[in-house]
Amino acid sequence: MKKSTGAIGWRKGAVHLFPLPALVVYVLFVVYPIAAAFGYSLFDWKGLVRGNFIGLGNFVSLFTREPFNHLFWNAFGHNLYYFAIEMVVQNGLAFLFAWLVYTKLKGSGFLKVAYFIPRLLSVIIVGFLWKLILNPNNGVLNVLLKKVGLASWAKPWLGDTHTALTSITLVNSWYGVGFTMLIFLAGLQAISGEVLEAAKIDGVRGFRLIRTMVLPMMIQSVIIVTVFTFIHAFEAFELIFAMEGSQGEPYNSTDTLAIFFYRIAFGGSSGGDSVAIGLGSALAVILFLIIASVSALFLYLTRNREVQH
Amino acid sequence: MNSGKALRTVQYALAYLGALISLYPIFLMLVSSLKTNIQILKNPVALPTKLSFAAYEKLWKQIPFGSYLTNSILVSVLAVLLILLLGVFASYYIARYQFRWNGALYFFFLLGMMIPIKLGIVPLFMLMKNLGLLNNMGSLLSIYTAIGLPISILILTGFFRTLPRELEEAARIDGCADFGVIRHVLVPLMRPALGTVMIINFITVWNDFFFPLIFIQDDAKKTIPVGMMSLFGQYSADWSMLFAGLTLASLPMLILFILASRQFMDGMTAGAVK
Repeated sequence: MKKSTGAIGWRKGAVHLFPLPALVVYVLFVVYPIAAAFGYSLFDWKGLVRGNFIGLGNFVSLFTREPFNHLFWNAFGHNLYYFAIEMVVQNGLAFLFAWLVYTKLKGSGFLKVAYFIPRLLSVIIVGFLWKLILNPNNGVLNVLLKKVGLASWAKPWLGDTHTALTSITLVNSWYGVGFTMLIFLAGLQAISGEVLEAAKIDGVRGFRLIRTMVLPMMIQSVIIVTVFTFIHAFEAFELIFAMEGSQGEPYNSTDTLAIFFYRIAFGGSSGGDSVAIGLGSALAVILFLIIASVSALFLYLTRNREVQH
Repeated sequence: MNSGKALRTVQYALAYLGALISLYPIFLMLVSSLKTNIQILKNPVALPTKLSFAAYEKLWKQIPFGSYLTNSILVSVLAVLLILLLGVFASYYIARYQFRWNGALYFFFLLGMMIPIKLGIVPLFMLMKNLGLLNNMGSLLSIYTAIGLPISILILTGFFRTLPRELEEAARIDGCADFGVIRHVLVPLMRPALGTVMIINFITVWNDFFFPLIFIQDDAKKTIPVGMMSLFGQYSADWSMLFAGLTLASLPMLILFILASRQFMDGMTAGAVK
């Protein structure tokens, strides 16, 4: 009798082992590193060795010491620009494509697949591929421009400070448009067709239909896409690293906060300190706070919307 | 009705122009890999008159592409299996038991989807160093499992909640213990959810470049995306070989997609919309 209660007790307790491996792995490799970065940012570091506690000293250096303060705002501006272009070009086109697929053009199944395919490639592959396409001499883009008589438009796209960052954001749009299209399409398909039919009978069509009926009804997808785009833009690293290296060339014109962070934390910094863990961690903390607070705000906004409807 | 027809024409033009721009660079990559360097430099747009596989032979002989490929396959398959295993047990616990802390536990896991983990890379690097995992596949397996868990737990928990409880009770009466319930009753029913989790994580892991860039130094231990970096560093003038490298790096994922494009797209949207 006793033995069987014991067995049941053991079995009841054993149930708690189910989530344990997942919890351990998750805490150790996701939660701990982020929490530790907050801690690291408050210490003075000599190479890989932790020195004295210096409070917010690293944050002060980041915003007051040349060239860090200058590089920070330079990179921050590029992240914002990245976000803006993604919102307009990538997400604008994604909505257009989603709408076109939704209105059942012939071959819409093929179109969906075609828009999505670039998303399957590794970002580093995307970067290298487009680096070849945008090559000033032998790249396909300039060759095509010359062929159609637009030779004067041909440019060293990635070598010119005026076009480099825009080129990269457009390549990013090429890569991401299909995925965003799918999110919008899911939102569109959740709208009841009857409502739209009724609106059409009332004479609401075209852009007015989209602006006054469709967008408000799929606001959830719009907000999800906006949050994703924001996080993505403020994490922008791989594509720039592949196309312009860890210096954000030419002349830091494609530098972003994540590239700047990589440079400070893993060397190649133009700031004298070869590896500055304290400063790098301070930058990581700031970037984390920007991303976390803006995503939280967006999500809070969605919650309100849901209540209103 | 004429303006309607004109509008329709514009819609078709835009839609198919978009598809062309999406596909052309990939087509160009495939085609250029079958041309010689001279053909590429002379006319990068032209189709090859004669197919040349020289670039692939060179790629195979001059860089350890075989080992990049093996490493990529090993890391992706093992990481996805680990995520599934750990994720199924955690989700089953969250969905099927009503302990006081289950809500909090679920929320705690989901937070992971919002955390930009790359910002923790410095402590993560030190952690891997202390665990002796630097320059070792173990570092990649542990980080990929950890970052894959939140979204996987979201999808799997949602699925467990939709399954009728009676199924498990019937199985229990038949004498299955908890592990047995999961293995014989639930797993077969969960194929679609498991498929979604596999696809989402496989794409992430296969394509990731950031973590092996930081954790792996030995050329022989690199995965394909980082291997491409060595290729572009060493052979930057050999365009036909570069295109061949890019093609080989992308082909496995493209082939899988062609075999199961529906599941890929549904899976990715499920991950995003949920």
